[in-house]
Amino acid sequence: MMPNHHPPEDQLLDYAAGSLGEPAGLIVATHLALCPACRRQVGALEAIGGALLDHLPAGRADPDELTRLLARLDEPAPAAPPEPAPPEPATLDEATRHLVPEPLRHHLAASLADLPWQRVTRGLDAYDLPLDRPGFRTRLLRIRAGAAIPRHGHSGVESVLVLGGGFTDERGHYARGDLGISDTSIVHRPVADPDGDCLCLIVVEGRLRFAGLLGRLLGLFTRD
Amino acid sequence: MQAGQAAPRTEQDHPLDDLIGRVARHQDRGAFAALFEHFAPRVTAYLTRLGTDDGSAQELAQEVMLAVWRRAASFNPALASVSTWIFTIARNKRIDRLRRERHPELDPDDPALAPDPAVGADVALDHAETNGRLRAAIGSLPEEQARLLFMAYFEDKSHRAIAAETKLPLGTVKSRIRLALGRLRAALEGA
Repeated sequence: MMPNHHPPEDQLLDYAAGSLGEPAGLIVATHLALCPACRRQVGALEAIGGALLDHLPAGRADPDELTRLLARLDEPAPAAPPEPAPPEPATLDEATRHLVPEPLRHHLAASLADLPWQRVTRGLDAYDLPLDRPGFRTRLLRIRAGAAIPRHGHSGVESVLVLGGGFTDERGHYARGDLGISDTSIVHRPVADPDGDCLCLIVVEGRLRFAGLLGRLLGLFTRD
Repeated sequence: MQAGQAAPRTEQDHPLDDLIGRVARHQDRGAFAALFEHFAPRVTAYLTRLGTDDGSAQELAQEVMLAVWRRAASFNPALASVSTWIFTIARNKRIDRLRRERHPELDPDDPALAPDPAVGADVALDHAETNGRLRAAIGSLPEEQARLLFMAYFEDKSHRAIAAETKLPLGTVKSRIRLALGRLRAALEGA
């Protein structure tokens, strides 16, 4: 099954050009792991980047720079690149490794079942990934089979990537690999598929605004 | 770059592939020096356009070329042209260094990766040849499209920021970039 909902082309371009910040880049790259079609498109955009690099007006190479570099070729390569300590693959259980592709898997300190999930509403749990950047919130969401997320609007852009199970909202059905993007014009009520829990990666810029009675009961922003 | 400017010669692509092969197989320093001649000034120009000051740009370009030397064996001509490969190395080094974050990338060997549909040998791309076609197509883009495309790739600017700087409506920026990408994609596919 190939995904049906993809990032817009300008987001793929920003990813290929390197101008997409880390939370948005993480969700795009994780979509790429699940979407051969977008992977091909990013490959094309990187090829365009390579050809543009060739087109940059450039002077002659500095012979002193070359001499300096040649002298460095025998330096030992640095050990491991300074990455955020990746968990030993063995510490993640089979289900987690099956469900969560790289580069997202790198950000998991434990298997899905062992993460310190926090309950948001009935049937909805969240885990904040240790990657928060100012202005962004990056979390995993687990929606119990058949549960609904209260109807809400958006004060910023919300991107949701389905990793397992699926959900349906006013715009259609989203399954593994599908990326849904909601801007401030969208008010929706996602409902998880009845046949299993739905696991999503979500990146929110700004805050969610819950609407309707439940939203008011939760003491959150109201809007309809 | 000016519209209508002759595209650089395309015959030089295969030699670039050969050079990287010689570096990979024989740690050939002469071949590496030739790669340096071609790419170091371009990588420095790339970093400078992205706002890196002159001294840091040269120093970071050294790091990029050092990575080319060290990782030459991992270059796979079936996946990308040398220019594309070096573009991605320069892009990622810049992000590592200047934003102190990483460019999130998938792992092609990840068992959780959705595999590519089988591709027949007849549609396998010759990336070096493709790079030549792309460069010719870039040379023939209308100036107003080429300018926006260069801004998108080489100035770390979102479509919105480009619109603000060029005082063009956002829709115009998007449509011009989309048109440019469409032409280049056609060139990529050999149309």
